[in-house]
Amino acid sequence: MPVFKEEIISTAQIRKRTLIAFSFFFLFLAGCIFGWIWLHRQPESDGALKPLRAVLNTNEKVFSSLLLSDDHLAKNFSLDAAVHKVRVNGDAGMGNNFDPATWKLQVVRKPGDTLYVSLDEIKALPKTEVIFDFKCIEGWSQITHWGGAKFSDLVKKYGLDEQAQMQYAGLHTPDNAYYVGIDTKSIMHPQTILCYEMNGQPLPMNQGAPLRLIIPVKYGIKHLKRIGTIYFSNQRPPDYWFERGYDYFSGL
Amino acid sequence: MPNKKIIKKHPLAIRWFHWINFPVLAIMIWSGLLIYWANDVYRLGWGDKTILKFFPDSFNKALNIPFRLAEGMSLHFVFMWLFAINGLLYVLYLLFSKEYKLIFPNKSSLKEAWQVLLHDLRIKKGLPPQKKYNAAQRIAYTGVIIMGLGSLVTGLAIYKPVQLYWLCAGLGGYEWARAEHFILTILFSLFFVVHIVQVIIAGWNNFRGMVAGFEVESIPPAIAEPEEEAVANTAPLNT
Repeated sequence: MPVFKEEIISTAQIRKRTLIAFSFFFLFLAGCIFGWIWLHRQPESDGALKPLRAVLNTNEKVFSSLLLSDDHLAKNFSLDAAVHKVRVNGDAGMGNNFDPATWKLQVVRKPGDTLYVSLDEIKALPKTEVIFDFKCIEGWSQITHWGGAKFSDLVKKYGLDEQAQMQYAGLHTPDNAYYVGIDTKSIMHPQTILCYEMNGQPLPMNQGAPLRLIIPVKYGIKHLKRIGTIYFSNQRPPDYWFERGYDYFSGL
Repeated sequence: MPNKKIIKKHPLAIRWFHWINFPVLAIMIWSGLLIYWANDVYRLGWGDKTILKFFPDSFNKALNIPFRLAEGMSLHFVFMWLFAINGLLYVLYLLFSKEYKLIFPNKSSLKEAWQVLLHDLRIKKGLPPQKKYNAAQRIAYTGVIIMGLGSLVTGLAIYKPVQLYWLCAGLGGYEWARAEHFILTILFSLFFVVHIVQVIIAGWNNFRGMVAGFEVESIPPAIAEPEEEAVANTAPLNT
């Protein structure tokens, strides 16, 4: 048990020691205040203060290398756990000027070499269903039921292995108004699907028909609706919410 | 000038941990408010009856909280490191310095804490003998350590609910983990209020102890002789 040390000293000594301690104390408080002011005077990097952005990028390295693995699956729920009223959140990239009948998925193999895949060809791939707790970055979640083809099956079927060696995949809507970038490890995850069904029915327009991304290892902001183009890159593809201050990785 | 006795109460390390934690926890709570606003579903009440909404619109408006989710997240996921590291070092320090013996509750703490409560509420006079902290303080100060750990664990569970699925499931699932994380924040805020009131009541000497490390006691003339000093070692401290 620690014992308190005691000393008999003069009141002048006490005053001196108190003064020294409080000088450090106020210096510390001033440091905190100036640190806070300094932080908020830093330039922004894609909508986030630069020092914060640097740490967020480091967090990605820490958590994706320590944790992210194909063995970690989002929990699959039973069919009756899935909600019938699926929340619709956000309509960026979902303009009216779009004809699903003439739509084809565009996969850029390399600049100038684009592969066109029809919905029927995607439906011809093995079908995978996921019933998982969809998590929005706003903080709500919903158990929802989706069906589609594994992204990794598309890669396998169309010989995109070389492209999938790159660090990122980029996706954008046909009108380019909404776009996301995703690390390859996450997009090749066994639960990541190119989704054309919701609750066993064809995907509704407001949920991104004819084809959307469902990627349970990410927040909803990465589940791009109405996929127009997919491409691969070793640089981070532009990302709609990243540019508005959110974390690029946004992994769960 | 007359001499006085100083009693070295708080080691330097504990004072640093304490004062670093203060702004860091404040930033964590502030950024947490910015995040929580984006899905502010919690309330006190039953059925359609709401006694208190977390948080009233006037509160959000007054603090300019709305539409700052991205900013809140960027702060939260940066300062979480400082909160975690400072807290971890604090606990390690308590264990290795044996200071924990002065803080963790013992067998009689629960009974004595009740007496402290009655005393503080001016219902009963007299306090049980104590060392550094009274029983109520032991429980409260150990409680916040557990709360801090709880905030870390529930926070991790909602930060990486897929990769740390076992953790999230152990806390009752994603929605529960988020609610627990929120409740802990409310408890921290309540702790803070009581702590501030108690510090104000305890007064300057006690506050100086947390900054300078020592408390001052005047020496009654009768025991001012050097050979009597050792006796005072066993005297209880006030706060």
